[in-house]
Amino acid sequence: MTDTKKQIRIALRNCGLIDPEQIEDYIAQDGYFALGKCLTEYTQDQTIAEIKESGLRGRGGGGFPTGLKWEITKNVEADQKFVVCNADEGDPGAFMDRSILEGDPHSVLEAMAICGYCIGADKGLIYIRAEYPLAIERLKIAIKQAREFGLLGNDILGTGFNFDIELRYGAGAFVCGEETALIHSMEGLRGEPTFKPPFPSVSGYMGKPTNVNNVETFASVPVIINKGAGWFNKIGTEKSKGTKVFALAGKINNVGLVEVPMGTTLREVVYDIGGGIVNGKEFKSVQTGGPSGGCLTKDFLDTPIDYDNLVAAGSMMGSGGMIVMDEDDCMVSIAKFYLEFTLEESCGKCTPCRIGNKRLHEILEKITEGNGTEEDIDRLKVLSNVIKDTSLCGLGQSSPNPVLSTIANFEDEYLAHVKDGKCPAGQCKSLLRYDIIEDLCTGCTLCFRNCPVGAITGERRAPHFIDQSLCIKCGVCFEKCKFDAITLT
Amino acid sequence: MPEIKLSENTIQLIKDICFEFENKESELINVLHRVQGKLGYLPAEVQEVIAKELKTGVAKVYGVVTFYSFFTMIPQGEFPISICMGTACYVRGAEQVLAEFKRQLKVEVGESTGDGKFSINCLRCVGACGLAPVVTVGEKVFGRVAPSQVKQIIAEYREGRNSEDVKTA
Repeated sequence: MTDTKKQIRIALRNCGLIDPEQIEDYIAQDGYFALGKCLTEYTQDQTIAEIKESGLRGRGGGGFPTGLKWEITKNVEADQKFVVCNADEGDPGAFMDRSILEGDPHSVLEAMAICGYCIGADKGLIYIRAEYPLAIERLKIAIKQAREFGLLGNDILGTGFNFDIELRYGAGAFVCGEETALIHSMEGLRGEPTFKPPFPSVSGYMGKPTNVNNVETFASVPVIINKGAGWFNKIGTEKSKGTKVFALAGKINNVGLVEVPMGTTLREVVYDIGGGIVNGKEFKSVQTGGPSGGCLTKDFLDTPIDYDNLVAAGSMMGSGGMIVMDEDDCMVSIAKFYLEFTLEESCGKCTPCRIGNKRLHEILEKITEGNGTEEDIDRLKVLSNVIKDTSLCGLGQSSPNPVLSTIANFEDEYLAHVKDGKCPAGQCKSLLRYDIIEDLCTGCTLCFRNCPVGAITGERRAPHFIDQSLCIKCGVCFEKCKFDAITLT
Repeated sequence: MPEIKLSENTIQLIKDICFEFENKESELINVLHRVQGKLGYLPAEVQEVIAKELKTGVAKVYGVVTFYSFFTMIPQGEFPISICMGTACYVRGAEQVLAEFKRQLKVEVGESTGDGKFSINCLRCVGACGLAPVVTVGEKVFGRVAPSQVKQIIAEYREGRNSEDVKTA
């Protein structure tokens, strides 16, 4: 059963409740009220103070205090500044930003205008993935309607404040979630990161001070202004305030988005809200933080989720992807899967990330093929730490996390691969072996007829045999056999 | 620079798109999106025209085209098949689905079939993790795809039963 009481909807407050293509629906839910309040009742500093007091931290992964970021950008002198919304949700398995943009686009527009007011910017840009056509469509409609209502454009609500928003499209590059890379991409360049400092707050888009926040961060802002920082900072833990949206996926019964107060335990999310593991199998691990995060074991099920606890546990909050894995998932393969992702998405600018990750992947490949040694595990650790320490941007610095966390938490599984030549989860095909138990085989020919590569031989009513040199380990014979005569070792 | 052999119409189309974006170099990615939307892919000659119009180097345009996975220099099939390789899909068996598509169509990722009907690509998360594993053909989304369904999906398009969906999408 799903326990909805454990959820509090702040960022997702309007999703599914209002028609996202009708600005009136949003306004009826106190929409744009916060913007009006800021423009007419609060000074820039008072608004920033409110956000700072709320304790809101960046929801894109890093967890940098939002109010502080705004203050830094405000304090830089410049003739022009920009507000940028990072909607390049590239983290595989995370889709909360998409849901907010599709379900409640005005909340993001309103917050961007508030941010613009605070830092002294009159232009906002939303950098959105081209893979999200519906979100793009809804944003276009929302921007048009907000302009018609005088909530974007010149002289907003008659206060003399000007602010308008444009869209910029991504083109499929994970590294563009990194803010310097994102800014280069918006300028029409290859999305390669550059060294920080200077931070975008000082020199960002077109060399001007630029405040970059993530979709979910922005979506939380109007509520904080409306209900007050004191309301928001009562939710959550000491250092992580408010709620976080997680995208629950993988081997879990209830897949989808959940929004829970910071400090909720993984157990509550996986079992009470997620409804446990599919087919009643055993929980093995939960992966948080996407390709930059790590895999946590069942020992961490009772850890309260917040930014700092997840980092201490060897993972990270990331944008909120939460992939649940069961006993059938091989942790070495999972680490390899994430490395494949990093390899493809590494921009190639700095050597540790470009070449180091390639070598990491090769070692993992060797282990999953059954050719690894114990020294390889040490090599993985050393190389991972070098990549972490020497890469240019966040992508490289965090790319070995899946490897390090799986070694830390599932070392026995690595050892089983290299010492015993076995994959305990039965996922690494090269380490599998199907055999027919002669005594149980009735010679029904079912496996023989279904084998896609003709690796099974034998006469009718006589025991069959599998030719190991031909077997591609597809498992069809194992599934088809009605007499449990095929073993998997 | 070699002579450009594109048709006059195509060149004009590209010029018009560049003009819409005020021939600004900083609009390069938007221009590429639009041109690929019209032509289906971005071969070298097209990049040369764009570079000329935006008054920038061909190398820069090529650098951007090859950097982003969304842009392609190879023509896509009439029915572009994309298999989501996001984590949720991977955990739920996307790899086997991909293997089955490759086996059925006898092409590798990034290639098109000889008759130009199908091409296979991998995507990184379409944000439909609740439907994992996900396959898209054109703009149509297939959820919870099992390898055993692959043959049928291909057949539906080959026989033209679903082709309307793709064209109108």
